[in-house]
Amino acid sequence: MKFSIIVQAAPYSCQSAETAYRFAKTLLDTGHDLHRVFFYGDGVHTGSAFASPPQDEPNIPANWQALAADHDLDLVVCIAAAVRRGVLDDTEAGRYSKSGSNLAAGFELSGLGQLADAIAQSDRVITFGA
Amino acid sequence: MSDKKKVLIINRRAPYGRSNARDSLDVALTCGVFEMPISLLFADDGVFQLLGGHQAKDIGQKNLSANLAALPMYDIDQLFVCESSLNTHGLASDQLDHNPTVVDHNAIQQLIQSHDVVLTF
Repeated sequence: MKFSIIVQAAPYSCQSAETAYRFAKTLLDTGHDLHRVFFYGDGVHTGSAFASPPQDEPNIPANWQALAADHDLDLVVCIAAAVRRGVLDDTEAGRYSKSGSNLAAGFELSGLGQLADAIAQSDRVITFGA
Repeated sequence: MSDKKKVLIINRRAPYGRSNARDSLDVALTCGVFEMPISLLFADDGVFQLLGGHQAKDIGQKNLSANLAALPMYDIDQLFVCESSLNTHGLASDQLDHNPTVVDHNAIQQLIQSHDVVLTF
């Protein structure tokens, strides 16, 4: 079955951020397709390359990156939610004259149209809320 | 986009404490632009989104009620509100703006069943 996932929860604030990752990993391990992961609201912090959790805690952004690399996942971070919260790629950092960008490799900034497309293309859309 | 999924968006948060209400509205408008049939259900603290008279500027926010009023322009006119949530919060349907249909738990079950996708904010 083809799934898409919406992550609204910020890593390390909400357990559902970790649960979303485990859910994604499990559905891929059990042979389902993951069409897209859409990070929205505080969930955009998952795309920050600057996240530096203690070594004895899960590195949620890095876990997503590794999963995306293994399964060629589409990790989309909502651009409107992200730039408000200071998660910027090189293009947006240039647009807003910021000193650096922090969107982690494997993630891309894009609009809500990507969520509408995910809804249209997927058999199931699962929300991990905040 | 060939496949027009029927989308039910359940709003469960008060209008301003978190970004959920605004995030939800942005998704509804985007899906509306893609001509997907949208229904909105307001439940739990989300029923407060339907009260009028917001003074959102006082807390540095944009007025959510004005945006809800614009929904019919995007052909989003299927608004529902959970009856037991209204009762829990001491609200009556005649206090609400935007003309939602009051639904009980059975009607909510049918609402969920009759949509292809359910999103929760």
